[in-house]
Amino acid sequence: MSRITVLKTYKIYIGGQFPRTESGRYYEPRTKSGKSLGNICLCSRKDVRNAVVAARKAQGSWSEKSAFNRSQILYRIAEMMEGRKAQFIEELMLQGSTQKNAEKEMEQSIDRMVYYAGWCDKYQALVSSVNPVASSHFNFSAAEAMGVVGIQISDSHALLNLISLVAPVIAGGNTCVVLASENLPLCSVTFAEVLNSSDVPGGVVNILTGTQNETLPTLSTHMDVNALVTDNLKIEEYKEVQINAVENLKRTFNYKENWSELESQGLKFIANIQEIKTTWHPIENIGGASSSY
Amino acid sequence: MEKIQYKPSEFYVPPIDKVGVEERVARIQTRSIKNESKAQALRLALNMIDLTTLEGKDTPGKVQQMCYKAQHLHDAYPNLPTVAAVCVYPTMVAVARKALGNSKVKIASVSTAFPSGQAPMKIKLEDTKFAVENGADEIDMVISRGKFLAGEHNFVFDEIAAIKEACKKARLKVILETGELVTLDNVRLASEIAMHAGADFIKTSTGKIQPAATMQVTYTMLCAIKDFYDRTGKMIGMKPAGGISTSKLAIHNLVMVKEVLGNAWLTNEWFRFGASSLANDVLMQILKLESGKYQSSDYFSID
Amino acid sequence: MAKKNNASDKKGRKESENINWEYAAAPESTASLKFQNKYDLFINGEFVKPISGKYFKTINPANEKVLCEVAHANEKDVDSAVKAAKIAYTNVWSKLSGAERGKYIYRIARLMQERARELAIVETLDSGKTIRESRDIDIPLAANHFFYYAGWADKIQEAFPNKKMESLGVAGQIIPWNFPLLMAAWKIAPALAAGNTVVLKPAETTPLSALFLAQIIKDAELPAGVVNIITGFGDTGAAIVNHPDVDKVAFTGSTAVGKLIQKSLAGTDKKVTLELGGKSANIILEDAPIDQAVEGIVNGIFFNQGHVCCAGSRVFVQEGIAEKVIAKLKFRLDSLYIGDPIDKNTDIGAINSKEQLETIEKYIKIGKQEGAEIYQPNCEMPKTGFYCKPTLFTDVSQSHTIAQEEIFGPVVTIQTFRTIDEVIQKANNSPYGLAAGVWTDKGSRIFNLTTKLKAGVVWANTYNKFDPTSPFGGYKESGFGREGGLHGLGAYLK
Repeated sequence: MSRITVLKTYKIYIGGQFPRTESGRYYEPRTKSGKSLGNICLCSRKDVRNAVVAARKAQGSWSEKSAFNRSQILYRIAEMMEGRKAQFIEELMLQGSTQKNAEKEMEQSIDRMVYYAGWCDKYQALVSSVNPVASSHFNFSAAEAMGVVGIQISDSHALLNLISLVAPVIAGGNTCVVLASENLPLCSVTFAEVLNSSDVPGGVVNILTGTQNETLPTLSTHMDVNALVTDNLKIEEYKEVQINAVENLKRTFNYKENWSELESQGLKFIANIQEIKTTWHPIENIGGASSSY
Repeated sequence: MEKIQYKPSEFYVPPIDKVGVEERVARIQTRSIKNESKAQALRLALNMIDLTTLEGKDTPGKVQQMCYKAQHLHDAYPNLPTVAAVCVYPTMVAVARKALGNSKVKIASVSTAFPSGQAPMKIKLEDTKFAVENGADEIDMVISRGKFLAGEHNFVFDEIAAIKEACKKARLKVILETGELVTLDNVRLASEIAMHAGADFIKTSTGKIQPAATMQVTYTMLCAIKDFYDRTGKMIGMKPAGGISTSKLAIHNLVMVKEVLGNAWLTNEWFRFGASSLANDVLMQILKLESGKYQSSDYFSID
Repeated sequence: MAKKNNASDKKGRKESENINWEYAAAPESTASLKFQNKYDLFINGEFVKPISGKYFKTINPANEKVLCEVAHANEKDVDSAVKAAKIAYTNVWSKLSGAERGKYIYRIARLMQERARELAIVETLDSGKTIRESRDIDIPLAANHFFYYAGWADKIQEAFPNKKMESLGVAGQIIPWNFPLLMAAWKIAPALAAGNTVVLKPAETTPLSALFLAQIIKDAELPAGVVNIITGFGDTGAAIVNHPDVDKVAFTGSTAVGKLIQKSLAGTDKKVTLELGGKSANIILEDAPIDQAVEGIVNGIFFNQGHVCCAGSRVFVQEGIAEKVIAKLKFRLDSLYIGDPIDKNTDIGAINSKEQLETIEKYIKIGKQEGAEIYQPNCEMPKTGFYCKPTLFTDVSQSHTIAQEEIFGPVVTIQTFRTIDEVIQKANNSPYGLAAGVWTDKGSRIFNLTTKLKAGVVWANTYNKFDPTSPFGGYKESGFGREGGLHGLGAYLK
């Protein structure tokens, strides 16, 4: 008699924990052929709320980590993904991908994570400036994380768009609440497991599954979310997000990208989710001493 | 002599941001004083001058001439105030005393091995006593800047306290020689030490070192005086000296005194200008205001 | 403007020469300046009568006298301005080389410098700000802004290496009444340098300096339609924002209006920069350079009558020096001169409008009702015009309305704190995030605070400094995008 396989329960990821949705509800996304992908948590408004609280809590210490340290942690994620390659590919195929495409998407996803890992301690030098003001002050502008970022993932790729959107956000010191691809959620949950076994502090990335019709309005109206990144939303859908975002002036970005292109990675994905802070300090000029020699 | 201990806890020496001081001073300099007020301010400035000669080549003749000028600033124009004082070396105090007679113009004498202050304590005390005995109403001492910069603040404090005692009834002005202290933080600390040690006035400079009485330095010292007054209720006088040669600069100084300390300090009991050429410029401005015509220095005596 | 000076007056005065002299009135001469009776709209290089046929009066808030009338542009006027801008963009401006664009902008800068005195007087008469500030700050900075961005016009590609940058098209720009000409410069200069054309609307209470700028632009022979300046009210602004041919909207003003704009732009491709309100914290630590910090508080809140989006309206003083700081502040307040802004000695001029004065007075009333301790200097106030005494509220806590809402007037709240953690939390405890000030002598502490304060501009041991090279803009509800510097240039490119 063959062995009975142990089936996986797909959970959500909040604050470094794997709870099930507080609502107790689930949904069954299906493949094109109609096969069930499993019982996936159907997250509620309260799950969104809890995820935002976790992200806010983690934000300060994540952004205060040294850029080098963040870089190492992102690289560690890539390493862990490499180790779980087979599982991701299996899930991608389960969700309808061909083996070839699944393998390609997996490789691109790992490479993209490595790409952004490398950015952590470099983008600052490219987006900052020292400003030669006319008065006797030292003045510089530097980038700073926006804070808590909401990320909505569409159904175009199961894994690559997730990595493409999450990596630049956390590379820049933000924390995030991710609304996983509604119909292709498996990789998102597995990615959460990767994060959990990397050195990513709990709360930096929070991943919720469910129907975005329900979760996206909650996230886009949430007053403690600083920015919102959406993935190829249609203009009408994005308009609603923008209107929802107005009340606390969330910065919103709707990326119209084909994530499998190399051009769909870059500095701008980090820089968009940064605030520029300008600092002034007087320069004391003592007794006409000059630097000439 | 009983030693007075310098107690840092009683001192109030906040840090100073020089750029901020420059901004404040620049703003004071934008104040515009016109017509009636300006005429009053100019007369006041005249009355605050310590007419000064402090040169190696000073002679009794030179001092006598200056003392006459002090009492007769410009006889062609009646009802002018006199200057506040003449300021001379100790050896010239007796000459000045005789020349001034019963005039209310006071005699200030520099002392303590002016201008460097590089002499033993004993000599500094003798120097001071000599000046007082010869009739000086006011003593302008210098602090030991070398000791100050070497961190020997107790020494500086004790020295001032000792000179103060030697002054008897004469009022003591303590010259910080701010040009050698370099930073405004040093100026503030030295002001604090001087005031606590018994100074009646604090004074910026000897006039021998540049920069001397800049607006920034004077502002810093005025702030120290204000804080000292707020804590102790004791008024301390201020004397910027060196570099104030125009009416405009004198008026800026008066505006600064008014804004930092208030009107109570706007008298020659509490504020002086140490200057040799300021008086004539002020006179020329007063006459210009009166007549509407710009003046020539040829018409103002240069004693 | 005689006023009492409380400084130790009780001390006796001895010398007969001791005179209580005062600053005499020193008004800047306005003789050389003549306003027209009516000002039209500047569209396509000409001053044209409004299609609306309507005009409104603009007054001098210092004495409530009418200065002149200006046109009230309606939707059709906006349409003709945007059309002119679009044609100028397509046919002329986008085809010019950066170097040529730059030379035009340099011309504007130079003409502004040449007419600086006149512009300063116009600004003061129309806005109520002191001549000291318009002469020394607003006008020179405005000219410098043009000067600075003129130099970027032919360096766009170098500014953003490895990226093909393109101009956006027509920029619709709406500016507030607190820095009328300076805000016009902040908006127009980078837009032109980046290759865009402009439709700009100044605020209804302060339209004049922008119209004088229009004349300068005309005299600089800028190609017709590249800059269009139209006057009007909120409806005019809305028409600009919603015009389909406007590609970029730049707005400086209240957070409430900023949100309306953002909402109406949802679902469009228009690029937006919003520079909105604030309730900025100015933090004084125990080891601060105290006299400069007191000046910093004064500059922070009383600069431009407190009509400053980044005003340091929430002062936090560490408990150990709170008493001293408050005493010094009160003393300093007593030496401020409130009066006719055209007088060179005036420190605090007129409140921009009756409406704004009422808003400020409402908040002062609320402050008193909520139990905060109020201090205002005992000084004489002009009989006509809109004026408000510099106002200090102590015994204030974070929950007081006056510590939370933007007052936009010369009203400052003082709260005390014990630890640095506490003050960081309180400073960030606001929906706004425009600016902050930190006063301490310790370098490492400055960097601790400046990195943790959620604000787009942080002034350490200084406050309210501006420069064309220095990016300005807020976090959170204070808006998004930056103006000034390289970052300000990027806001006008794609």
